[in-house]
Amino acid sequence: MPYVPATDAQREDMLHRIGLVSIKELFEDFPAALRYPRLDLDEGLGELEVLRELEAMSSANVTADSCRWFLGAGAYDHFIPSAVPYLASRGEFVTAYTPYQPEVSQGTLQAIFEYQSMIADLTGMEAVNAGHYDGATALAEAVLMGLRGGADRRRVLLPDGLHPEYREVISSYLVAADVAVETYSGTPAAAAAASPDDLAVLVACYPDFFGRVADLSGAAEAVHAKGGILAVLADPVMLGLLKSPGEWGADVVAAEGQSLGNDLSYGGPYLGIMATTNALVRRLPGRIVGEARDAEGRRGFVLTLVAREQHIRREKAVSNICSNQGLATLRSCIHLALMGRSGMRRAAELCWHRAHWCARRIAALDGFSVAPGVFFKEFVVTTPIDAETLSERLCGRGIVCGLPLSRYWPERRRELLVCVTEKNSKADIEDLAEALREEAK
Amino acid sequence: MKIDTEARYAKSHEWARKDGAELVVGISDHAQHSLGDIVYVDLPKVGANFAKGAAFGVVESVKAASDLYLPVAGKITAVNGALAESSDLINKDCYGQGWIVRLAPADAAEWESLLSPEDYEKIAAED
Repeated sequence: MPYVPATDAQREDMLHRIGLVSIKELFEDFPAALRYPRLDLDEGLGELEVLRELEAMSSANVTADSCRWFLGAGAYDHFIPSAVPYLASRGEFVTAYTPYQPEVSQGTLQAIFEYQSMIADLTGMEAVNAGHYDGATALAEAVLMGLRGGADRRRVLLPDGLHPEYREVISSYLVAADVAVETYSGTPAAAAAASPDDLAVLVACYPDFFGRVADLSGAAEAVHAKGGILAVLADPVMLGLLKSPGEWGADVVAAEGQSLGNDLSYGGPYLGIMATTNALVRRLPGRIVGEARDAEGRRGFVLTLVAREQHIRREKAVSNICSNQGLATLRSCIHLALMGRSGMRRAAELCWHRAHWCARRIAALDGFSVAPGVFFKEFVVTTPIDAETLSERLCGRGIVCGLPLSRYWPERRRELLVCVTEKNSKADIEDLAEALREEAK
Repeated sequence: MKIDTEARYAKSHEWARKDGAELVVGISDHAQHSLGDIVYVDLPKVGANFAKGAAFGVVESVKAASDLYLPVAGKITAVNGALAESSDLINKDCYGQGWIVRLAPADAAEWESLLSPEDYEKIAAED
């Protein structure tokens, strides 16, 4: 469908009706000096010159590919098979959304259906939607699903290890809601047991911002006993190895899907993964693709359970602030299909073993220690000198060693959050340990 | 259009029929027909209290989702659990097996103020 802006004749007609002659008259309320500023732009450059200038600017950036990278904290450097961007950029697939006549685009719907099926498998859940903006908005929507449990469900329990930016997004979603948002420490089961009876949702991180893998045993039962639902924020890569949230009894799972085939990129696009049980599927926001048979019995794909959505229910829709991340979903779909069950497990094992080896190497250094507890690919290191100083020194040696926790907690001056994935080689880890030893002197 | 002459009606197309001290509530034949095939009913919790006219649930058909409004104020004493598996009971038998909730009315006299079957039939015919 072509986009046709107003024609000159239509503009003239509109101006005439409001009693004006020229569009310039609409701007007369602005001070004359500000109205049409001179921009003082350079003469135009040729395409080659522009490319060279932009490349020069871009090369000043430090990227995960241009150095040894041990930074995670919510966005992760995992390997992406080359077929992912190649297939995802095919013209037939390139659309950000489910199309307006979705059933005409069977290929797009099938890709979303396959994505949903693989995410269901990975998370151990029954129903998955077509994607959200990012992990934080997916988690905020999971919290809203809990609050939809009834007018008497007014309490939201968040773990102390939740990513501070996720917490801010949840606060934004709930800014006008009359609910109690509280932070708990300790196990999810104990926090639920200590909660009053108006619990709507308890969020558990699996793992949390500091890399700690919570013990989720008894959590679902304790949350349900208080009338709430258990929402688990999971690392989808870790689910290739550890027990799935579904097996722990989660009612809803949210995850950041960037690690599944989407590039590290400031500002995104990232992918919010959401999965739930059949019992709660009508509280799930966003699009859901279902499998169906046509009149002749042939397999096909349709949008299903659409009565939850804003084009059917308007103000009563389950969510009016969600969108399908079509391309990011597609990339994750292709990524999961290429990796397969064994590939996901292998990648997760590499993360686990390399991270644990790295942690042992660092813990053996003078003045360094690693936080105790179960972790997957990320862990907190206590450093003998200011962690930001240390981080800057290592950056000078081409090593991004992690996130100094002072970024979010100014008083935590000597703590560094280190992430190790399957992309960090043993040589990288040796270099990191050696550089930490030398620069911490 | 079928009308249950024992029941009284709300303009929003719910019916309420006396059964002892309680009321049985559902949606009218006109309502089920307008909605089309009903695929899901969101039922309230037993024990929940609602004001007259408050939305107490949702019926979802293949083409629309509509709130259910309680014709009189009261407390839900039972919900029709059979609708969870067979929401089409509302299409098949809206005044019988397709009932939706039972209600202990806050004010027994409120039922009298609802539309009579004759008045409702006129309103539904014009709808």
